[in-house]
Amino acid sequence: MFPTRRLAVLALGLILGSPLAPAKTLLNASYDPTRELYRDINKEFLSDWKQKTGESLEIEQSHGGSGKQARAIIDGLEADVATLALAYDIDVLADKGLLSPNWQERLPNKGAPYTSTIVFLVRKGNPKGIKDWNDLIKADVGVVTPNPKTGGGARWNYLAAWGYALKQKGGNELKAKAFVQELYKHVKVLDSGARGATTSFAERGVGDVLLTWENEAFLALNELGADRFEIVVPSVSILAEPVVAVVDRVATKHGTQKQAEAYLSYLYTEKAQDIIARHGFRPRSPKVAQAYAERFKKVSLFTIDELFGGWRAAQKKHFDEGGLFDQIYGASS
Amino acid sequence: MTELASSPSIPRPASLTWNLAKPLRANLGRYILLAIAISYGVLILGLPLAVVLLEAFKKGLGSYREALLARDALGAMSLSLLVAFLVVPLNTVFGLAAAWLLGKFRFRGRNLLITLIDLPLAVSPVVAGLMFVLLYGAQSPLGPWLAAHDLKIIFALPGIWLSSLFVTLPYVARELLPLLESQGTELEEAAALLGASGWQNFWHISLPRMKWALLHGIILCNARVLGEFGAVSVVSGHIRGKTNTLPLHIEILYNEYQFTAAFAAASVLAFLALITLVFKRVAQKHHTQAASLSA
Amino acid sequence: MVPRHSRKQIVPGFGVTLSVTLFYVSIMLLLPLAALLARASELSFAQIVPIVTSERVLAACKLSLGAAALAAGVNAILGTVLAWVLTRYDFIGRRWLDALIDLPMALPTAVAGIALSALYGDRGWIGAWTSHFGISIAYTRLGIFVALLYVGLPFLVRTLQPVLAEAERTQEEAALTLGASPWQNFRYVVLPQIMPAILTGAAMAFARGVGEYGSVIFIAGNIPKVSEIAPLLIVTKLEQYDYAAATVIAVFLLSLSLVLLLIMQKLQMQSQRYRLKEVQP
Repeated sequence: MFPTRRLAVLALGLILGSPLAPAKTLLNASYDPTRELYRDINKEFLSDWKQKTGESLEIEQSHGGSGKQARAIIDGLEADVATLALAYDIDVLADKGLLSPNWQERLPNKGAPYTSTIVFLVRKGNPKGIKDWNDLIKADVGVVTPNPKTGGGARWNYLAAWGYALKQKGGNELKAKAFVQELYKHVKVLDSGARGATTSFAERGVGDVLLTWENEAFLALNELGADRFEIVVPSVSILAEPVVAVVDRVATKHGTQKQAEAYLSYLYTEKAQDIIARHGFRPRSPKVAQAYAERFKKVSLFTIDELFGGWRAAQKKHFDEGGLFDQIYGASS
Repeated sequence: MTELASSPSIPRPASLTWNLAKPLRANLGRYILLAIAISYGVLILGLPLAVVLLEAFKKGLGSYREALLARDALGAMSLSLLVAFLVVPLNTVFGLAAAWLLGKFRFRGRNLLITLIDLPLAVSPVVAGLMFVLLYGAQSPLGPWLAAHDLKIIFALPGIWLSSLFVTLPYVARELLPLLESQGTELEEAAALLGASGWQNFWHISLPRMKWALLHGIILCNARVLGEFGAVSVVSGHIRGKTNTLPLHIEILYNEYQFTAAFAAASVLAFLALITLVFKRVAQKHHTQAASLSA
Repeated sequence: MVPRHSRKQIVPGFGVTLSVTLFYVSIMLLLPLAALLARASELSFAQIVPIVTSERVLAACKLSLGAAALAAGVNAILGTVLAWVLTRYDFIGRRWLDALIDLPMALPTAVAGIALSALYGDRGWIGAWTSHFGISIAYTRLGIFVALLYVGLPFLVRTLQPVLAEAERTQEEAALTLGASPWQNFRYVVLPQIMPAILTGAAMAFARGVGEYGSVIFIAGNIPKVSEIAPLLIVTKLEQYDYAAATVIAVFLLSLSLVLLLIMQKLQMQSQRYRLKEVQP
């Protein structure tokens, strides 16, 4: 049945590894929701690069949870570029000396070539009438969101809810904590990652509303059926800024610094921004944003720097051992 | 057993009616046992398999074939087969040695050794992977030396191989041990006293008596290597088409909402599990033929 | 090390098998284990105690150990029935049922978790049925138990089968001719012979259940202090880049299961000794 010769060649290639491929190779270690995005961008970049320099390059992709990928790079995964869900995971790489601490200044928009936000995915017709964050804590509403301790995206969900409560009239830390605590009481399943949560909601029928990235919500509509779900954009949400950086130590070792930098800069070109927008991420380029204005609904967005003083502070206060997330579960049961 | 025979608690057939009723009652018990066993087997094992197969063939044979012949799927399959090829023989040799040692001899520390061999079962796969990261990763004491010599263990084939070895280490040994224990050592002793060499003793006396258990052990070990997800996931690096084993490939497909393709790939592993069937058939035929020849 | 009874030394191969076993166990088992312990020992005792005595860690360990023990217990009974039926009776579909036993070994745990959550979710074949009675299985502790039943079953059946096939039929025949009921035959003749194998299989199923991650995570719900298993806590610590705490929990969990395994081992030895006494008066 199987073409055995092809199998043999593949096996041989696996054993011998890179010596068979003389072309320079970049390894992009990324988080889960960008699989489809980078598949398209890589194709464009490679032909663009070949045209410009005559060099044929290869790009390999590795995807996993954002934190897991950062750990893998620390433990020796030789990724030339890291494209992760949140700045904290790249800060950790900088702490280990894999790249310079000022990495966010080396690319436009603090190293975030695109943004996203957190929206709600509800079942068709929105039977529970969910319009905004405060509808999530109505008595009969079940919420699905992944575990902020194990998923990068889930941390954005949590912070978005917190920020919403802070931004309400008379909102303060105490009220925010009470709101988020109430919200997590409505969570029946804490999956370990964003895609797992989507599957629980869509395929297993758990809960009434899924908190997820906007791009994931678009993808879910596309892949799982626009006739089954609809997207609800809340009044306020967080500006999620996934970041990219060259892992200097690895790129220097491979002699791919130039290529890696060009690759990341390419993300800011109009062509790449268009691909980005097509995949449901909010582009940085105003021109592309204009073209896709209908797709991305206007929503009042706050940044993590504004409300939480940046990722390091947010991580420490909310998600570290004994932090507010732990306290919420300590107190609620 | 003499004790049993003389035990007063065993009722003797007292009357003809009792004797007549007995086969029926024995059969009833048999049917009840059969019903329990079959429903448990179907509930716990059969239904999950049915789910996998239904999902795999949901979009027809064409897309099933396509899913299996996709470039990344073939790459993942060949990597998985390569790993199994590197792991199973080693653990088989170890399993035979360990089972022989623990089954035929009594010595101090024997219990501890048995428990040690069981240990990989108790180690969470995530931790199993973590151990090798701690041992050979860039942050480990060995890390700088490995990097200086450009030796890749973690996030490459050796890491996948090592963690698979670890996870499946107990299977052959554990499969053989209870059998060797229940068989005792009389035959081997007799053979040795009659002048058989150690090797002859093993080859002609012991091996034929444990071939079923050995086969089971190898099949289990092989199945587990091919199916191992957690430990390999930690040390693989998930590089598409390069360090993705079949279970990791399935995860990717599933995460891409390609449910049908994911279950198609999973069904390959499920069929591998069913291979026991073929093995046993062949071996049994062999067995009966040999028996009829010698008769 | 020297065999305890000199009589046994007639059987060859002690030296060779001992050195092979010890060498392999050292390289493949003790070395990685040492790396784990080394990392855990970076923390002082005063730092370790609060980690392992935190409410969440204790709850998760209790859940993991409890669910694994319960599942191993149920499998010890029903798995024995299955093994018995497979080796002793001939019926249509026997070979297929027999082949099915290896499924949990070969099917990646994550796939199993997905299949189980599809079956036992409120929309699944079984979940829809049980939800009529107000019982939810997926995303509760019951789901963890079901997943561990699945994971543990092959250990019981596959350990028992060779022993049951080997067990002396002559004794059983004798007992039956002497008028023993099938139950008496099983209880007094068969059970003593297969008891060590049952205990071994149960111990393995238990050990595997304690560490199981992939299949459980999809069906557990993972709510802290309710349905959060210990291996998940280890992953959580890793996500916080807290390797030391992760290894501490790993070592703690491992020592608990080791103690239980050693107890099982002792029990098995006893049951064997008891049997030897009975058979050779």
